[in-house]
Amino acid sequence: MTERLRVHVDPDKCQGHARCKALAPELFELDEYGNAHEAGDGTVRPGLEDKAWLAKSNCPEIAIDVIEE
Amino acid sequence: MSDLSQPAAHPPVTDWVHDFDHTDPQWTDDPFPIWDKLRAASPVVHTERFLGCYMPTTYEAVREIANDTEHFSSRRIIVRDVRPEITSRNAAPPITSDPPVHKPAKQLLLPPFTPDAMKKLEPRVRAICNELIDGLIAESRIDAAERYTKHIPVRAIAHMLGIPETDSDLFINWIHMILELGIKDENVLLQAVQEMSAYFAGQIEERKRKPTDDLISYLMNVRDEEGNPLEDSHVLGSLRLLLIAGIDTTWSAIGSSLWHLAKTPADRERLIAEPGLIPTAVEELLRAYSPVTMAREVVKETTISGCPVKPGNMVLLSFPAANRDPKMFPDADKVVIDRRENRHAAFGLGIHRCVGSNLARMEMQVALEEWLKRIPDFRLDPAGTVTWSQGTVRGPRQLPFLLGKAM
Repeated sequence: MTERLRVHVDPDKCQGHARCKALAPELFELDEYGNAHEAGDGTVRPGLEDKAWLAKSNCPEIAIDVIEE
Repeated sequence: MSDLSQPAAHPPVTDWVHDFDHTDPQWTDDPFPIWDKLRAASPVVHTERFLGCYMPTTYEAVREIANDTEHFSSRRIIVRDVRPEITSRNAAPPITSDPPVHKPAKQLLLPPFTPDAMKKLEPRVRAICNELIDGLIAESRIDAAERYTKHIPVRAIAHMLGIPETDSDLFINWIHMILELGIKDENVLLQAVQEMSAYFAGQIEERKRKPTDDLISYLMNVRDEEGNPLEDSHVLGSLRLLLIAGIDTTWSAIGSSLWHLAKTPADRERLIAEPGLIPTAVEELLRAYSPVTMAREVVKETTISGCPVKPGNMVLLSFPAANRDPKMFPDADKVVIDRRENRHAAFGLGIHRCVGSNLARMEMQVALEEWLKRIPDFRLDPAGTVTWSQGTVRGPRQLPFLLGKAM
């Protein structure tokens, strides 16, 4: 896997299920209401790719994009 | 006095596809084959019972309805025999609220239920679980619902609200009257709502004299966007919601999980050997045995997955049926405790996502961890009967177990 990955949470879709934070705490943060956003600019450090895909495939609101750059 | 222990009977169902009834004993005991039958017939089925009611059977149809607040209102969230006039706009906000008033009401409740807030509550829940286990571990034959699962969520939410954990039986009785008996008996429902409101009104008065550091005081002190405190009816409605939603939902989820582990030794042994897998297993148990079925009222004509729906009917918004949809979940009828992709809808979808989902998850994990640590050997007692609750929330109400290796 050579491409660089970035995660992004669509704030309009997120309903605060917090699955992403539980599965990939390095990649996501929660605000005071428990709604999620990507940590920093969403860059997925090498070794965390699997967690990025796992978070995406467990979001009930389909609010997470994993962008291959 | 009428018998308050059991809901009144409906005529038995003979044609599930056109005349379904989620209070029928067959559904209460084992709804899974019924959902399969309904799903095979249509993505949305209809019954004339309950004054007309639809039920989406697929994940997609459930998602469409949950995300469509224009055609489907949350002002009624339980499918019941009667449909009285809506007299209170603050029935149980935000679960009974529609946009645009929903969002501000929900945002007030979210901060006390974040995962970080739940971490602070976790030691108390762990202590409650261990106290309960201390009281039963010496016995070889117990009802795990009566002795364990029933008490964890009610004591946790009582702790959060700052009301006596010793009043638990009172709360459990109100929930039974509202969510089960109230489906068919308006008077029982109203009685429970009035008793609950009077109880909380008393708690509010006490806090006006002597403020506390709990969820009731929090609600009394929050301010809306204009800086105004909530109306008393709003505080009362939200307190009713927290008590109703916080109790038998998680009691059911913990109970179904233990029921599954009691009859599935391979899963039990794996979780004991790999406790790190418990959070993943909890998600799968939530999917497979989702306790909560919500409802909506159709307020504008529309179509769902190609099926027309008419205003005036209710919708049984079955998250449990969605979670068994084989189009969405491979081996949907199997419990796969290490299932990695699990977009289940047990806590709802869309704007009404369960406020207490982080609380429920924490309670389930802790309840299973502590139980498996101290009682690794247990199974269903063949001499007993497992019974299930009826209606909005599904979970075991009697859970006869044999404890220990020798049994």
